[in-house]
Amino acid sequence: MAGKLDLDPRIVARARALAVRAGQPVVDIARSHTTVSVERAVLRLAGVHGADSDGIPWVNRLVDAVRADVGLGHGVAVPVFHAAAATGVDDLTVLAQKAAAGAVRFDVPEKKAEVTAARRRAKKSAADGLKIVDRRRAERDRLIKRYGDPQQRPWIYLIVATGDIYEDIPQAQAAARAGADVIAVIRSTGQSLLDYVPEGATREGFAGTYATQENFRLMRAALDVTSKELGRYIRLTNYASGLCMPEMAALAGMERLDMMLNDSMYGILFRDINPIRTFVDQRFSRQVHARAGIIINTGEDNYLTTADAVDAAHTVTVSQLLNEFFAHEAGLADWQLGLGHAFEINPDLPESFRMELAHALLAREIFPDAPLKWMPPTKHMTGDVFRGNLLDGFFNLVGALTGQGILLVGMMTEAVVTPWISDRDIALQNVRYVLNGAGNLHEDFVPAPGGFIRNRANQVLGEAIELLERIVDDTLMEAIADGTFGLMKRPATRGKGLDGVAKQDADYYNPVTEALEA
Amino acid sequence: MSIVRPYGDTTGDGMVQLSFTLPIPHDKRAEGAAIQLANKMGMDPALLVHAKPMGDGFTFFVVYGKVSHLVDTEKVQIVERDFPLLSAKEVNAVIKRKLRRRLNVVGACIGTDAHTVGIDAILNLKGIAGEKGLEYYAELSVTNMGAQVSVPELVETAREQKADAVLVSQVVTQRDAHLHNTRAMSAAFREALPAGKRPLLIVGGPRFDELMTADLGVDRIFTRGTTPREVASYLVHALIGSKA
Repeated sequence: MAGKLDLDPRIVARARALAVRAGQPVVDIARSHTTVSVERAVLRLAGVHGADSDGIPWVNRLVDAVRADVGLGHGVAVPVFHAAAATGVDDLTVLAQKAAAGAVRFDVPEKKAEVTAARRRAKKSAADGLKIVDRRRAERDRLIKRYGDPQQRPWIYLIVATGDIYEDIPQAQAAARAGADVIAVIRSTGQSLLDYVPEGATREGFAGTYATQENFRLMRAALDVTSKELGRYIRLTNYASGLCMPEMAALAGMERLDMMLNDSMYGILFRDINPIRTFVDQRFSRQVHARAGIIINTGEDNYLTTADAVDAAHTVTVSQLLNEFFAHEAGLADWQLGLGHAFEINPDLPESFRMELAHALLAREIFPDAPLKWMPPTKHMTGDVFRGNLLDGFFNLVGALTGQGILLVGMMTEAVVTPWISDRDIALQNVRYVLNGAGNLHEDFVPAPGGFIRNRANQVLGEAIELLERIVDDTLMEAIADGTFGLMKRPATRGKGLDGVAKQDADYYNPVTEALEA
Repeated sequence: MSIVRPYGDTTGDGMVQLSFTLPIPHDKRAEGAAIQLANKMGMDPALLVHAKPMGDGFTFFVVYGKVSHLVDTEKVQIVERDFPLLSAKEVNAVIKRKLRRRLNVVGACIGTDAHTVGIDAILNLKGIAGEKGLEYYAELSVTNMGAQVSVPELVETAREQKADAVLVSQVVTQRDAHLHNTRAMSAAFREALPAGKRPLLIVGGPRFDELMTADLGVDRIFTRGTTPREVASYLVHALIGSKA
């Protein structure tokens, strides 16, 4: 459906080129640093699992021990595999336990042969971990072939969030039976700021359920049963965000999650996580997602909840272009880019629906091959559930008219209660009516040349280019520090998780990155 | 007129609408059960206008009906908040006009408590329940120290930032840790700073009793369900005086 807005391809190409120029210095920073969470993800792929009696994962204990002895700058792989050989402890989880008890000292071997040997063993372990990820990906392909994809686009994306994984499971299965194609399990409030991944099946969370490897496994297994029952592969979504982004990506790859929320700037802007920490973690996590065949969802919708959805429309476009650049750089293909945007214009504004159409179509035409993620109204949901249901209907109509890839189902009780069973049912009924009733209306929907929608889309693209030019001049790090996005000022020298960042030394070695970049 | 009834389309008709779900499959008995519930709630006659099965063993109902209850508006009791609830815009405007500088807020979880859920919900831009946190307020300057902050660190930071208000969150209540920590905190501020220079001390957490302010030596206690906007409105009320 290209060409409905008559965008000048040279201008679109210019916008992309500017995003590359704005993003490249950040990639350079990401390539020259590592973080505690990147190193922990390496150890998770190398097979370290479980937690101590206080619930602190052994990967945390091991990385902390290595760091105390030799720092992070060499990467943990060589010191860990060297110590494993020197002490004769092959099982790295056992090594972590000994290290935590102070029984192992880590160093970077001086002899070249020892370094080479440690690297070789690290490489083998990392390859074993990635083999699990590859097997999971092949398994997904097989199941999709067997059960099939949803019959319609957009895919219908629904959230569950009880806090208790054993309560989430029947709710997720019921949602799938009612028509959901994608189930997202919202995380417990505050998990993004934990610098470790909790362990095991969990039954209490705050406004969401903890993301743990065991919870991933339980939910995926349950949805496999439901996929079989329904003859439709049900996708599972969680979050690769916050301080443990790289580990979440690794666990998602090993447990066959299908989509991960994975924005390049959300943690910086909305969680006050240090920008360098975020960009380093981001790049690694996206490399893992690329390998695992996971679709990422970016978080542009969030800007529109803080800034005005009309004035800030172009910041969404800019962020989508940056997210696309960072994603491509990390090896993700277009079909894996669930770039976000949202229906958040004040419904009292004249022509608000026309502007929503213009913005949604603009994203569709700039990113023709990405499964765009279309987010429902939240900011202007007031508690008037009747009006809310109408707004959600118009939101669904934009989704149908502009070929969105993933549609997050809006709830009329947004801002009132966590969705009741009846809210979900009414919301899905709304989606089904609109998608079914509108059918292929998008074929007939061609905005008039020189008309409002085309003009508005071109105006937003023009503003996006102006902003990108400013960012290129200023550098992205400075733009973030100045409060360009979502109104928040986030300097690179501040924010949570900064103490977990280290510059890579000349001998830095990371067997996972090496394999993923090969 | 102090006595009123619900209004459908005729004065005094007493008509209301109601929707709910019962955890039973849809059949005639389920419809009867829905009408029975409506009758017990005072709707008589109750007219079942919609019944729809949902998922496994649930049915959704919409019922219209007449209630006979009378409401006396003279007898309505309102629990008044002792400060007006302002919008973010109003909070910013009052600070700008009356304080003529940004209002400084320092927040932390003190002691061994690592639960930043509460303080983050109030301070982080993300906020809670669709409301942005205090970081969103242009006229508030927020320092969020995070978890496991010691009392001396907190006092020092409050002094450095010239804090107008200090927000402390306490979730863990084992052996009354939240009470001990709060008393230690307020005592440290009393010791470190003279009365006029002391910031407004506010604690929050799900298990506090709002009436214990004097006992704990703080200015205000917020409990479960508090939103950033309430805290911001209180700050303006307590530090600047409300509106006008």
